[in-house]
Amino acid sequence: MNKYMERLYNGLIKENPTMVLMLGMCPTLAVSTAAINGVSMGLSTMAVLIFSNLIISILRKRIPNEVRLPAYIVIVASLVTVTQLIIKAYLPAVDKALGQFIPLIVVNCIILGRAEAYANKHEPGLAIMDAIGMGLGFTIALTLAGSLREILGKGTLFGMQVLPESVSPVAIFSLPPGAYLVIALFIIIMNAIGIKTRQRQLVESDGCNGNCAACAMQCDERKEEAK
Amino acid sequence: MNNSLILIIISSALVNNVLLSRFWGVCSFLGVSKQMKASASLGVAVIFVMTIASAVASLLNDYILVPFGLEFMQTIVFILVIAALVQIVEMFLKKSSPAIYKALGIYLPLITTNCAVLGIAQLNAMSGYTFIESVVSGFSSAVGYTLAIVLLAGIRSRIREEDLPAPLRGAPIVLISAALMSIAFIGFSKLSF
Repeated sequence: MNKYMERLYNGLIKENPTMVLMLGMCPTLAVSTAAINGVSMGLSTMAVLIFSNLIISILRKRIPNEVRLPAYIVIVASLVTVTQLIIKAYLPAVDKALGQFIPLIVVNCIILGRAEAYANKHEPGLAIMDAIGMGLGFTIALTLAGSLREILGKGTLFGMQVLPESVSPVAIFSLPPGAYLVIALFIIIMNAIGIKTRQRQLVESDGCNGNCAACAMQCDERKEEAK
Repeated sequence: MNNSLILIIISSALVNNVLLSRFWGVCSFLGVSKQMKASASLGVAVIFVMTIASAVASLLNDYILVPFGLEFMQTIVFILVIAALVQIVEMFLKKSSPAIYKALGIYLPLITTNCAVLGIAQLNAMSGYTFIESVVSGFSSAVGYTLAIVLLAGIRSRIREEDLPAPLRGAPIVLISAALMSIAFIGFSKLSF
């Protein structure tokens, strides 16, 4: 396996951002109400991630270390604005379903996390493959969560009836609590079959080593300062 | 206080709770709720930052972005304003009240990447709230955030004593507790005036 394919494998399976690294929980919980929303959100995030990784990788020797975070945030925010305008212009249905969540891609930990952990240390080609792997991993996880919630909550999948009409769907899965329940279910299954996740980061941080790479990094600086 | 402000308070603190129904800021919700004291401190820091951020974002939106037709710049402007604001608040607290800085210090940078703050600033702009309405909405959303995170921290301190089946330990039981809280909060949507 060459190093480009290794990046894809890494993002899809080994370090799947949602299932293994437990990053980007907010969009996962919020937009997984239906399978199609999961696909749209995953692909929008992937588009932003590919371009942000590419730009940050190209500029990695030019951005001074001290101001790298603000620089990354400006790059990501510009890309998100472009994505938002494109979606508004060409995909009004997606805009209607996800409108509020598109701007929040800026603060998605996956994007700043990959910039900090990968793109600013590697060449553009590898950075793009990393973004595609992570983006696909995120999309697949979101689609899985969305499909499960749609089947259980509405009895449909991508808008088509899959459960027989006689089975009445469990409405709670389409409502906010369903998001927490479905993600809990995924982690229980992964625990039961023995796949290691980094859920410790998710639930056992003391505020300073939260699960977001960007936050954690600022906290490192603070700890050094305190010494 | 008029009727629409009361509606905004109830709606943003309880019915559309940022953590339990909008899912903004869930990372810190699940991460920090391990300890009661940390949760309360983070809650206070969020109330502080979100109220100020809503006020500043609303002024910028009404007097700069809208008059010049630059609404599409909202995302960039808001995130930069929030990041700068957190830095300024931090420097100000460090100088003026070291006691508060010591208590809230480590939580302030976390808030920059907390999507709840950006989300509420965007929501205020999208709903066309006036300055006063934005401030009230920011403040009460943050109160809702604090309420939810402190409640979850309380539940988790009890769970720790329980003997759970192995696969449920760690994240799953926390998520299930959050789901049950969320079900309870759905009850508020039946409030009518």
